[in-house]
Amino acid sequence: MKELRLMKGNEAVAEAAIRAGADAYFGYPITPQSEVLEYLMAEKPYERTGMVVLQAESEVAAINMCYGGASCGKKVMTSSSSPGISLKMEGISYMAGAELPCLIVNVVRGGPGLGTIQPSQGDYFQATKGGGHGDYRMIVFTPASVQEMCDFVPLGFDLAFKYRNPVMILSDGVIGQMMEKVELFEQQPRMTHEETIKAAPWATTGRTKDRERNIITSLDLDPSKQEKHVMKLNDKYNEIEANEVRYEALQCEDADYVITAFGSSARICQKAIDIARAEGIKVGLVRPITVWPFPKAVFKELSKKVKGILVVEMNLGQMIEDVKLAVDCKIPVEHYGRTGGILPSPDEVVENLKKKIIGG
Amino acid sequence: MTEEIIIAGFGGQGVLSMGKILAYSGVMQNKEVSWMPSYGPEMRGGTANVTVIISDERISSPILNSYDTAIILNQQSMDKFEKTVKPGGLLIYDGNGITRHPERKDINIYRVDAADEAAKLGILKVFNMIVLGAFLKLKPVVSSEFMRKGLEKSLPKRHHGLIPENEKAVNVGKEIVQPIQVLK
Repeated sequence: MKELRLMKGNEAVAEAAIRAGADAYFGYPITPQSEVLEYLMAEKPYERTGMVVLQAESEVAAINMCYGGASCGKKVMTSSSSPGISLKMEGISYMAGAELPCLIVNVVRGGPGLGTIQPSQGDYFQATKGGGHGDYRMIVFTPASVQEMCDFVPLGFDLAFKYRNPVMILSDGVIGQMMEKVELFEQQPRMTHEETIKAAPWATTGRTKDRERNIITSLDLDPSKQEKHVMKLNDKYNEIEANEVRYEALQCEDADYVITAFGSSARICQKAIDIARAEGIKVGLVRPITVWPFPKAVFKELSKKVKGILVVEMNLGQMIEDVKLAVDCKIPVEHYGRTGGILPSPDEVVENLKKKIIGG
Repeated sequence: MTEEIIIAGFGGQGVLSMGKILAYSGVMQNKEVSWMPSYGPEMRGGTANVTVIISDERISSPILNSYDTAIILNQQSMDKFEKTVKPGGLLIYDGNGITRHPERKDINIYRVDAADEAAKLGILKVFNMIVLGAFLKLKPVVSSEFMRKGLEKSLPKRHHGLIPENEKAVNVGKEIVQPIQVLK
């Protein structure tokens, strides 16, 4: 039988990393994600599975330790919150360039700058549009429950290795700090050295006589070669866009209007939809689960039948740009957001749906 | 059944752990639960509160602005949360340190003098369990059987010896809770 526990999102992500057979976690404390490192230190996975847990001297050090571990074909993870993720951005760009698998967890807090320690979704642009420099993409999952904080860890590792690309779990202070019931999956063994060589033939596992040496780098000073490399990355991104889109659509079948939100905002909007439906408003919810690749097709389809879309985010308007592109501006798309660590309430969402979409 | 609860008081009163025991008891009884704390610098010596939802269905928003039940353990929390109880809902408070008693006419109000009772028992730490008992008497959302399991899961094994003491405190809370205003 699977194990049921009451856990914080931060604890669930940590336990899931151990159970997914991660080889190493490198982190640095910052509110509201410090429980990831705390849980791992208390749990001592080096005694359970041999997984390394290390508090690095900084966020920059932690992401570069990930670069090193991933270069050797290891399953590595780091986590932080917004200001710390900004520090990691150089490393993430390098990993994307060098095609290294890595799982990065961002438990977002309010910005810009040091901002606040309360929840926010202000890092959407950073996660989906680059953040680091260069033409690169990162697969971005947005958990809306503690269960998803757990489930996206093994999935994230799988996709990171499948596509040799960094994967981010874009969470926030609500999902990180709240406790919910979690069904934990069973312990998966860590890969042996032989399995690592097989799963990551590109990794620097020690050259053997039957192959050339593997080189891990993001540098190519020859423009023709660099262009070819970026085009190869682009082919990979196109493949990801074709195969890895995930979303959830609730009560959209008969909907006149749609609310769309990701992560904790989507939870608040579920309640808003219950309130609006009780008043006789036919409204559905689209919850993007991956925000890159973005679920464009579902919005394009819905734009043929619904009268308008309200985008609800804990920021001042970021995902709305992707929604507008997806519907080609054919129907009204409006935004409602709170920022600075303030959460939108279900009542406010309903009020804004009426004011900006139904009345407008 | 969905019960939306806010528990609010001082940091150190056991507000968060009381919510956790209640939520874990819900898990053991195969309910859906969520536990959302206030977090941040305000917790140190200041006020602490936690939203607990126990339901038979998938829980939508873990963050609410009105509640079926408010459990209020200091004056600041009374000022902040009395108005958030849904009409017809329940407010439970400990009179210790309360200078302005609840004034709403459209809710059920009960009082539990848990701080005094804990002092009488000589175990101040069971204060929050006395309060929990008062709540469970009025809203039996989890049975005592599953509450024991919740306690076992919430407390580290080295503290399992304290479970009978905690259960006793819950029963005390059930006995001493008194009605102040009951709607017809």
